[in-house]
This record gives sequence, C-alpha cells and structure tokens, in this order.
Amino acid sequence: MLYDREKCAICGMCAKLCPQKAIANVNNFMVTDPEKCIFCGECVTYCIPGARQVAGKEYTVEEVLAEVLKDRVFYEESSGGVTLSGGEPLVHIDFVEELLIRLKAEGIHTAVDTCGAIPFEHLERAAQHTDLFLYDLKLTDDAKHKEFTGASNKEIIENLENLARIHANIQMRMPIIEGVNAEVSHIESTIALLEAIDIKEVHLLPYHAIAKHKYAKLGRDYLDDKMQIPSKEKLEHFREMLAEQGYDVKGG
Amino acid sequence: MRGYTERTKRLRHQSVTTQPSISLERALLQTEFYEEHFGTVEMPILRALSFKHYIANRKLYIGDDELIVGEKSEGPQVAPTFPEICAHSVRDMQVMNARQLISFKVKDGDYALQAEKIIPYWKGKSTRDTILDAMAPEWKDAFAAGIFTEFMEQRAPGHTVADDKFYKKGFLDFKQEIEQSIAALDHVNDLEAYEKKTQLEAMAIACDAMVLYGQRYADYARELAAQEKDPERKEELLWIAGNCDVVPAHKPQTFAQAIQMYWFVHVGVTTELNLWDAYSPGKLDQYLNPFYQQEQAEGTINYDKARELLECLWIKFNNQPAPPKVGITLKESATYTDFANINTGGIDPYTGEDGVNDVSYLILDTMDEMKLLQPSSNVQVSEKNPDEFVKRAVEISRKGWGQPAFYNTEELIQELLNAGKTLEDARFGGASGCVETGAHGREAYCLTGYLNVPKIFEITMNNGFDKYTDKQIGLTTGNPVDFESYEELREAFMKQLDYFIDIKIAGNHKIETIFAKYLPSPLMSVVVDGCRQSGKDYNAGGARYNTRYIQIVGIGTMTDTLAAIKYNVFDQQRFTMANLVDAINANFEGHEMTRNLVLNHTPKYGNDDDYADDIMVDVFESVRDKIRGRKAVYGATYQIDMLPTTCHVYFGSVMTASANGRLAGVPLTDGISPEKGADIKGPTAVIRSASKMDHTSTGGTLLNQKFTPASIAGEEGLSNVTSLIRSYFKMMGHHIQFNVIDRAVLLEAQKKPEEYNDLIVRVAGYSDHFNNLEKALQDEIILRTEQGFN
Repeated sequence: MLYDREKCAICGMCAKLCPQKAIANVNNFMVTDPEKCIFCGECVTYCIPGARQVAGKEYTVEEVLAEVLKDRVFYEESSGGVTLSGGEPLVHIDFVEELLIRLKAEGIHTAVDTCGAIPFEHLERAAQHTDLFLYDLKLTDDAKHKEFTGASNKEIIENLENLARIHANIQMRMPIIEGVNAEVSHIESTIALLEAIDIKEVHLLPYHAIAKHKYAKLGRDYLDDKMQIPSKEKLEHFREMLAEQGYDVKGG
Repeated sequence: MRGYTERTKRLRHQSVTTQPSISLERALLQTEFYEEHFGTVEMPILRALSFKHYIANRKLYIGDDELIVGEKSEGPQVAPTFPEICAHSVRDMQVMNARQLISFKVKDGDYALQAEKIIPYWKGKSTRDTILDAMAPEWKDAFAAGIFTEFMEQRAPGHTVADDKFYKKGFLDFKQEIEQSIAALDHVNDLEAYEKKTQLEAMAIACDAMVLYGQRYADYARELAAQEKDPERKEELLWIAGNCDVVPAHKPQTFAQAIQMYWFVHVGVTTELNLWDAYSPGKLDQYLNPFYQQEQAEGTINYDKARELLECLWIKFNNQPAPPKVGITLKESATYTDFANINTGGIDPYTGEDGVNDVSYLILDTMDEMKLLQPSSNVQVSEKNPDEFVKRAVEISRKGWGQPAFYNTEELIQELLNAGKTLEDARFGGASGCVETGAHGREAYCLTGYLNVPKIFEITMNNGFDKYTDKQIGLTTGNPVDFESYEELREAFMKQLDYFIDIKIAGNHKIETIFAKYLPSPLMSVVVDGCRQSGKDYNAGGARYNTRYIQIVGIGTMTDTLAAIKYNVFDQQRFTMANLVDAINANFEGHEMTRNLVLNHTPKYGNDDDYADDIMVDVFESVRDKIRGRKAVYGATYQIDMLPTTCHVYFGSVMTASANGRLAGVPLTDGISPEKGADIKGPTAVIRSASKMDHTSTGGTLLNQKFTPASIAGEEGLSNVTSLIRSYFKMMGHHIQFNVIDRAVLLEAQKKPEEYNDLIVRVAGYSDHFNNLEKALQDEIILRTEQGFN
C-alpha cells in the first residue's frame, strides 16, 4: 500500500471505510497495519486527493499471457517482445519458466533481467526458454560489493561464466553510480573479467534518483547520501573504453 | 531563416511576416457584374461570366523572386470576400479588423465601400440570408444551442481534391470536350437537354476564363521583363511568361509548368467560390514524378531546382489565409489554415503498387525545411511502403509541430470501397481537410456541419431542456431520475439523437437546394469527373460520386459519460441518479467524492477496457447508423466523419458539466482521442481501444497522441513511433498524428507569448501557431495525456 503524505487531506475517510479496520490516524499520518490489510482497495477508491495506491497486482500465468498478447501486433511491427524483470524474477522460477514456455509457443521474443544472485539451477531453467538475458554487474570488487549490496559477488560472477557456456545471448547491464563505482579501475576490472566470456553488448545505466518519491510513499528512508549522478564526461569516457575492446555499448 | 535557397528564404519570410488583410476588389467586381447582368442570363451562365469578369479585371501580382505566380487577391495574405455567399456587416468587419486572434486588417475606406456599395445590393440576396430565412424554428433553436454547426452559412460546399486530369489536358482540351457534349445533346428526347446545355456552356466559359488568366499572366510577366534592369530576373520573368503561354490553356510540359498548372487551378477554384478547405493537389508526388523523371533524363532539372520550385508552391499555399469568418462558423474553425492537404506516399494510383518515388522524398524535405502551417502535409502509409520512407516522415513529425500526419492507405481504400466506389476510383483516394476521405477528382464530398453528441445527451438528462439558451429544444423523454435501468436512459438518448439528426438533415436539404440554384460552380465542375459528362453542376449532384458528411464530435467524452452512469449508478450503485444530477448541476462543487469516483475510479475509453470500449462502439454504431446511407438532395449519400477541427472547444463551451467529471465549459474530446488524462495504459492501449470502432464504415477518424520529446528520442524512439503507426494501421486505424512538445514549454509559452512566435502545435487535423489559439484550446492541448513507451 503506497501512501502519499503530501497529497493526504487527513480526512479519515480511508479509516472509516476500511472493512478490516487496518487504518489509523497516528500523529496526522494515516498508518496502515500490513498485518490486517487485504488490499481490497476500498480506501483507494474513496480517497478524494488520490493519496493512496495499491502497488502491484497478482496475476496468474494465464492472465499475464492475455495481457501481453494484446500488444502482439506491436511486437510484430517493432520486433519487440517481453522482458521479465523485478525485483529478481528468477526467485519465482516456476512461474517464470511456465510463462517463458508459453510466450515461446506464441512466438514472442523474451528477455530475462537478472541480478545473478540466484542458484544457478534457476538460471539454467530460464536459459532453456528465453531469447536473451540482461545480466547486472554492479561491482567487481568483492569487498565493496558486500558493503553496498550486503552480499558477495562470487556467486554472481560464477553464474555469469557458467551461463555464458549454455546461453549465447547475454547483455551486460552496468549501473554507474558516482561515489560507488564510477571509476576507471572498475571499468578496467570489468573488461578483464569479461575477457573470457562471450559478451557482445554492454549497457551503461547512469544512476538516477527517480525512486526517491516511491520510498517516501512506502514510508521508508532513502539512503542516497553516498550515491550521486555521474557526469556525462565520465560516462562518455567509460563508453569509449568499452567500445575500444569491441563491445557494442548502449546507454549512458 | 528557413528556405533551401536565398529566394525561398525571402519569399517564406514575406509570407510568414505579412499581416492578413481583406480586399474588396472581388466583392466590387461581383457586385457590379450582378447589378448589370442578374436576371438576363441563366444562373450557371451568370456564375461563369461573373468569374470570368473577375479574372479579366482583377489585379495581377508577380512578387520579386517569384517563380510560380498567382494569388487569390492582390498579393500574399490578402483575402478576397464573397458577398454572394455572405455580405459581412460593417460591424463584422470591424471585429475582424480588431480581434486579437485570426484578425484581418480592413483598409479605412473599405468600411464605407462595404456599407454603400456591397451591403445594399446583397442584403436579402446573399445565400446566408436566404438560408437563415429558410430554416425552421427548431433548426434555429438547435443551432443557437450548439447542437450542430452549419458549414454553408458563410462558405460554399467543398473539400474537393484534384486528380491527374489537368496534368494530361489543358483547359482548351476540356473546352473542346464540353463543346462536343453540347453538340451531341438530343433536344427532342432528352427532357433535361436545355438545362444540360446551360450548365455545359457555363463550364466552357469557365475554361475561357482559365485560358485568359494564363494569357494575362504571360503578358504581365513580359511587361515586367521589359522594364527589368537585372538581366537574371529579366530572364526569369520571360521564363514565367513562357510557362503561362502553355498552362493552363495546354497541358504542362515541364515540372515547373505542372506546378504552375496546379496553382492556377487552385486560385481559380478558390476564387470562383470560397469553398471549404480550399482545394488540394491530392497525390502530388504521383502526378509530378513523371515530369521530374523526364526532365532529369533530359538534364533540364535536378534535385535543387525541383526543391526550389516545390518550396515556391508551399509558400503560395501559405500566402492564402482561410476566408474571413465570424460567429459560430469562426468558432468551429478558428484558424488561418485553409486545410489544403497533400497526400504523399501510399500507392501508385494506376498500378496499386508502392507509390514512394523521388518526388515523395522531395516533398518530405520541402515540408521539413518550410515548416509552414499551409499546406497541411500528410503521408499515406501503405503496407507496401518501405520503412525508410515512414521513418523519414516520423523524423519530421517528431520535431513536434504536427506535420506530417499519418494516413492508412489500405484503410482509406476500404472506406471508399465500402461506400460504393470502384477499385480504380478508390486508388485515387486520399484524405483532405483534416482527415476526410474522398475519391480525388471524381467525388463531391461536402462536409455539412459538426454534431455535438454529448450535448444531445445533456439535453436528454434535462428532459429536452437546454440550459445554455434557457429553452425547451428537445423532446420530453422523461426525467432521468425516474429511469430504472441504463437501457431506459439509452432509449431516451436515442430518441433525442433521432430528433436532432432529422432537424440537421432537413436543414441540409434546403441549403443544398439553395446552393444548387443560386451558386453553381462551373469551374469546379470542369475539374471533377462526372459533371462534364452528365451536364450537371458540382453543386447539383453532377460528380461521379456525391457524399455529404456530418462530423461527429466528442465520442470520448460521450463514452466516459455513459460509462460513469452505467458503472456507478446502475452496476456498482455507488450513488443514485439524483445524486449525480445534483453534482452535475452544481458543477461538482461540494460533490468532490462523486467527482473522484467518476473521474478516477470508473472504466474509461482509451485503456483497452471492454467495459468502456463496448459503450464507445455502441454510441459510434448508433450515431453512424442514424446517418450513414441516408439520402441527400440531388442523389448524394450521407456518411460520418469523426473529427472536430476546433469545434470541440466551442461545443464544450455551450455545455454544463458531464457525468464523467468534465466541468462546465471545458472542451470535449477531439476526434476519437480519449478524454484528457483518462488514457493511462500507454499508447498501444489507446490504439487498441480506438481500433474497436469500424473505421472503414466512416469517411475518416482523427486520433491525437502526445509524447514528451524524451520519450521518443533516438533511433529507438523513431522505431517505436514507426511501429506504433504500423500497428495501428494493421488494426485498420484511419489516421494518427503527434504532438511532441514538453508541457513546460507550452506553459511557458502561455506566459510569454512574445517569445514563442514560432511555436507550432498540432490541433486537430491541422497545425497552428500556439499564439493563434484561444486560451481554452491552448489549455486543452496542454492537458492532453503525455504518452511514452515503457
């Protein structure tokens, strides 16, 4: 349940209408008890300023497929397709595998966007059915990786090497964050790492702060003091470094 | 400055910086001719002779630098007037002179001339007076309430487009054919022979007038050449004279003469009468390409020369402001643009194969460089056209000023076939005006007025009473508070629709009879197939095909209004009809919860949601079936169009709030576009919703899409937009056009108009300077949903 405090008129309508009595006014902040909320959306419908929103929706494979197929003409005309992303889609490997099989049967191009921090078996199962992997590589330095993500990158790198042996179409996605990894040494070590792996396309994804307002709506703190947007010059330099190695570099 | 050459830079600059003004020259010549000859000859002859009188006595204009010659009046941006249709009052002329938007400057002495010479003769005689006298009281009530507009009140029937005939024959050839037809008339057995003879003689006189026009220009160019000191310009003037020796008397021999031929016909047709949407060249690339190829082979033309000539033609179009209008007729089309529309690409009309040729690209380059409001340039996209061509067109379109718009060749042809045309004739089809479909050079397809469908529903909700004019103008179909089902409400709405559509059509019958009787148009009859053959005038059913269009406005507003009532009152029972009526009457003030529910939590058209889209299809089909196929006088058949020009703004201004949360006075939706802010599922959902109506059973639909520049940038953006167009057209959509300007820029332009004189936006089937638009229309464009590809 997303809640925009700036839009809220604190009229109390949501609390009054909630069939679960899950909403209460705590110091002029309409707090929703996640234990009680059943996401029925009644409070959303009757919120005049539009301060409440249910994020996400549960779908069956069948429902996702129906939604996707509505745009079939557009995929055909654009040579486009469907990208499964997340969070980490491969956490839900059973669902993902079934959806990929169904999409393939419909002749629709698919891509899986993964962070790689997942048992290899999940990647293996997806690899049999998807046309393309979008594979994130955040940091080559394991210590720093632990510092910023809370986990080691060993599994991620191993998975990448193994995945490349069984799947021919992997695009690297490299977030570039000033204050974290926007350094020449990171690009150099990435190039060294990728040397033995068959990768042709690399995407540079400069950091942005668009998610900031979403954190506020969820009532969560946004840890951005260390993270900054990288300069255009830096990005251009990184792009050139990668292009020199023969990579097709997109984004930046 | 824009312009491929120094010459076109200067000519364009003059065109875009000259303030439009009015000339009484034509009005005075018409008046003096009518004073002397009215009643002495048959009307068609009188019309032809009065046209020839204008051609013989009018001032000619050849500007410095010009290569293509001819203006409707004394020079660029000077508009002639048409007192036989509408003799504007001195007050009207003062308004035109003084108003801030779409103004026409009037020379000081002209007020007196209008008052003393023009008005006294035409009072009670101009068709506007005759028409308004003839209208029934219920027609006048509905007109005053803004239920519909009337196209023929200040302008003549039009929307007609050229084909290839005058690139293959000259007016002396046409005259010879006409004389043969006259000679072949059987005055014993053909009971209409005398009438036909009269019409045909009038057409022959119109041919004489065109030949005279060319001769006068040839003489004038030589006269100027004799005085010219600059040897280069002297040669150019002699070259112009040489071209005018050939056209329009004979068929053109060169690329330049072909362009000059078109332009002479354009000026002729648009000064014979002030017909709606000027006149259009149709598939110009198809008709000019043979001349270009031939001259290229002979080495007498190259890309640069052809490009300069095309730019000269573009500037000529832009030099002609739409005829001055006032009142409701101005409100339904509040622009200087006169809607001459050029179809580029599509198919070769002779073979049906891919029609993209060298001139197609020349035209795209010209359009891109010129960036002029006129002509309205569009591209026809056929399955057979290469992506390269479509992408080049999208590249121009995404620059943000709305041209070119995109039309679907296969769908256009299907529309024409469904309306009974042969495949051969349908292949000459295209769009003109905003989006209107016709078989070029062989059809009279006249628009008759816009129909305010949401207002008819408002009248239903008020049991026949109109709050704007404070009068009972509709049927008493019951108080909606007493309705127990959606079906009952729908039934009442259908009755009101029938009632008002009948009033409109009854009025049209009278008006068309008046035009056929008093304003035959012999020159138009020469250039539209069927008239020369049948001996009947263009305004009296002479063309091979005759269509009358009624343009349906506000289907988006209407759909969301009905969905709001069906969903909230009858299905979900969130509130009662009485609650809703109270909220609408209060303009939703104090009814914020009701407005929140109808505005934000109700199915809406434009999201591929069948709940709303089924209602859209029901409204569309109901209105269509009440109009399509009905007969007009002189054998024409009715069809509908789904386009608004600027009428959605006027129609909204005469209305209270709507059940979908739209507030009183706010513009309705344009064309078949969804309500502003309602289409939240992205552009592919919009085209899926829009394609649920059967476009091929209309004479054109208009879909606006707005993107932020960032969302369609780069190669990927280009591909996405191209795919969107191709996808929509595969689903048999008729037309799509784009606005690509950041909202922030538009808001800034409202604050500082003086800094945004160059800002051009897409309105509805045409582009206009943002500063030329009234505030309500500016707001409407700002509020359109900004789409992106995700």
